[in-house]
Amino acid sequence: MSSINLTLKIWRQPNSDALGAFEMYNLDGIHTDMSFLEMLDVLNEKLTKEGKDPVAFDHDCREGICGMCGAVVNGIAHGPEKEVTLCQLHMRHFKSGDILVIEPFRSRAYPIKKDLLVDRSALDRIIQAGGYVSVNTGGTPDGNSIPIPSQQAELAMDAAACIGCGACVASCPNGAAMLFTSAKISQLALLPQGQVERKKRALAMVAQMDKEGFGNCTNARECEAVCPKGISIRNIARMNKEFLKAVLTEG
Amino acid sequence: MELNSRAPSGPLEKKWSNHRFSNKLVNPANRRKFSIIVVGTGLAGASASATLAEQGYQVKTFCIQDSPRRAHSIAAQGGINAAKNYQNDGDSIHRLFYDTIKGGDFRAREANVYRLAEVSNQIIDQCVAQGVPFAREYGGTLANRSFGGAQVSRTFYARGQTGQQLLLGAYGALSRQIHTGRVKMYTRREMMDVVVVDGRAKGITVRNIMTGEIESHAADVVILATGGYGNVYFLSTNAMASNVTAAWRAHKRGAGFANPSFVQIHPTCIPVHGDYQSKLTLMSESLRNDGRVWVPKTKGDTRKPADIPEGDRDYYLENKYPSFGNLVPRDVASRNAKEQCDYGKGVGTTGLAVFLDFAEAIKRDGRETIYKKYGNLFQMYEKITDSDPMVEPMMIYPAVHYTMGGLWVDYDLMTTIPGLFAIGECNFSDHGANRLGASALMQGLADGYFIIATSIAHYLGTNKIEVISEHAAPFIDSKRWVEDRIAKMLKNSVGGSAGKFTVDEIHKELGRLMWDNCGMGRNKAGLETALEELPKIKQKFWDSVYLPGTNKEINQSLERAGRVADFLEFGEIMIRDALTREESCGCHLREESQTEENEARRDDANFSHVSVWEHAGDEKEPVMHKEPLVFEYVTPSQRSYK
Repeated sequence: MSSINLTLKIWRQPNSDALGAFEMYNLDGIHTDMSFLEMLDVLNEKLTKEGKDPVAFDHDCREGICGMCGAVVNGIAHGPEKEVTLCQLHMRHFKSGDILVIEPFRSRAYPIKKDLLVDRSALDRIIQAGGYVSVNTGGTPDGNSIPIPSQQAELAMDAAACIGCGACVASCPNGAAMLFTSAKISQLALLPQGQVERKKRALAMVAQMDKEGFGNCTNARECEAVCPKGISIRNIARMNKEFLKAVLTEG
Repeated sequence: MELNSRAPSGPLEKKWSNHRFSNKLVNPANRRKFSIIVVGTGLAGASASATLAEQGYQVKTFCIQDSPRRAHSIAAQGGINAAKNYQNDGDSIHRLFYDTIKGGDFRAREANVYRLAEVSNQIIDQCVAQGVPFAREYGGTLANRSFGGAQVSRTFYARGQTGQQLLLGAYGALSRQIHTGRVKMYTRREMMDVVVVDGRAKGITVRNIMTGEIESHAADVVILATGGYGNVYFLSTNAMASNVTAAWRAHKRGAGFANPSFVQIHPTCIPVHGDYQSKLTLMSESLRNDGRVWVPKTKGDTRKPADIPEGDRDYYLENKYPSFGNLVPRDVASRNAKEQCDYGKGVGTTGLAVFLDFAEAIKRDGRETIYKKYGNLFQMYEKITDSDPMVEPMMIYPAVHYTMGGLWVDYDLMTTIPGLFAIGECNFSDHGANRLGASALMQGLADGYFIIATSIAHYLGTNKIEVISEHAAPFIDSKRWVEDRIAKMLKNSVGGSAGKFTVDEIHKELGRLMWDNCGMGRNKAGLETALEELPKIKQKFWDSVYLPGTNKEINQSLERAGRVADFLEFGEIMIRDALTREESCGCHLREESQTEENEARRDDANFSHVSVWEHAGDEKEPVMHKEPLVFEYVTPSQRSYK
């Protein structure tokens, strides 16, 4: 096991109203088997020992599925490795002497709460607007009464894999949440269960997305490039189609 | 403490339907007059919140994360069991019931487990209707795979992300109710206390993590869905925020805590590799469908796995348990891995690992098939360890994963505090001394979608419910108690950090003590030592933990400190529980009680009971009560998977 020495340049901001700024920290002897968040843990232990305020950051499962963690590392949401969340990024991808610039996910719709910790509740409100099948508990038909071709189920699963981390928004030049929104719209548009509310859902979720202050897609494809679950922008195309069909027939 | 299980009488298959009929109901028009608090938004909490709101109750739901979608149910990989018998391989409700109660080593209540098996089929139907993208056969029907402790294929799955997809289904249902206004959602709140008024749960005290404000919330009923306490060991597969606080505070207010020593150590996790490590990562049990577990036959064989010929390998699970092979239950697989490593046959740099090998499966089924089944798990493994399981065998070792123990509940899932319910992993109800794979998701959703609403209606229908203000004395007292405790924790930090300890340092010390003495193998001497050592760590915490920052801001050190303070208290009943249960059963291996073949030896004559702990006061010894387990429909036997 080898270890590396790093210089960290981290965004520090005590609260939403305060002005933020970068601060520099030197961190030596980082094991390359560590995850990025474990490296931040080491920094925080060091800062605490020195009587300083540790860096606030969101994290929970630390296995890449809860979607709670995330920061921009050297300009890339979730860091330089493809298809990983920050917790699954390992320090073996860095070398001794590297300077790492670490910032929060930035977007008009994500107020910074402290340091790297932001408020992504706008994403929940998009789902609340219609990202579900309106079925009550109980009285549902037997699971096998709706056969779904395996390929169709796989496509739906590709879209459903979204973890709601919001990196797509942070990396989009327009601050769009279209990859996130389209993943849910696609999943349900691809499945027979989603057909009844298909049009209503597309209209409501897109309306909420606009209301929250997210921008629109101009095919920069930055979202797809950073998505830890490899969600394709084909979903955005599908969402646009769903939206257009809905507007023309219902809107 | 009175322990009336309220398990219904009558034939096993009729108990649940009879009980539903005899329970009181609340008229649909009256439901909106009642308010319900749900703490936690994992499978149990989200499904309960949605279901109760759909039925017309006023629901307030709380979660610790920034969004209800992030609860740790999301990390469950492998699948969810149901007795559908879609594979026509001999499954039935009775078989699922039997496998579950046997898997739990006959330490669970028959009536509860049967009900779980009974509602399992409805869960699948519900989730399919919500649009959960379960894996399908080419003909479009639902696919299944096999899990440990069963000889039928009954596990439904969505790649290696079953928990995520089921949770997003429940989160969707919850989101729909938030949209209608029937659920008021409070995120980033940590429950600090249960408020009990005249012996009944009437609300909770929470801390707003963003502002530090202590808030009171009143309701007619409180439901805890706050998960397990595996993080008492510091290292576990649980999420960082998973904790015992909510359950522990309920316990201190009068809720009995059942079988706290029953902790599942999952056999297939990525081994520990350094002191800095913050958590352990699970590799789904489904891997044991195709992966073969082995170690070198001779001690200290440091050759690369590929260089060790077949004749020098010991496929110890297949050799020892020919009928279940690599698919023995989790406790058996974990114990055997530890045994091999204790013999000195462990692999990897630490010697604390065994191989899980896919070479034969790849040869048999082809690379593509195996990659399709396990690709995402292989990727995850490779990201963490920098080694590709398609090329060289995985290295795995057991890790703390799930807690079968939890708040004691009756058949209606009500704790010993009237009006306080516990669902999902937070209660002790269904898994006995060992949980079978793919049964946690089943239990969480069974409790939330199909069981709790009946219990709540019965409670509201049979009790006089008085409305109480959030400004009443018991709420004020609880708030003051919480504030005082936080102030006491912060007091040490005045004067700087010199000579003091961080929260994590103390948590790691606690974790080591628990793992060494109350982990995979337990004995009297070790447990007694732990009981002596624990108060010293607790003292160290209260005397010299250093917490930067204040209470009136986002303070993640303070959040962790509160949880560790509770783990330090809770550890005591875990150790005492392990000490008083002088038998081995399921996960609980008392080294003094083993068969000649080192299998767990149960002692039904003396220990066929649930041990339920009562809090007697802060400086007093806790009191243990027993709920006897009566088996009318199964005959407890020595488990054999040979």
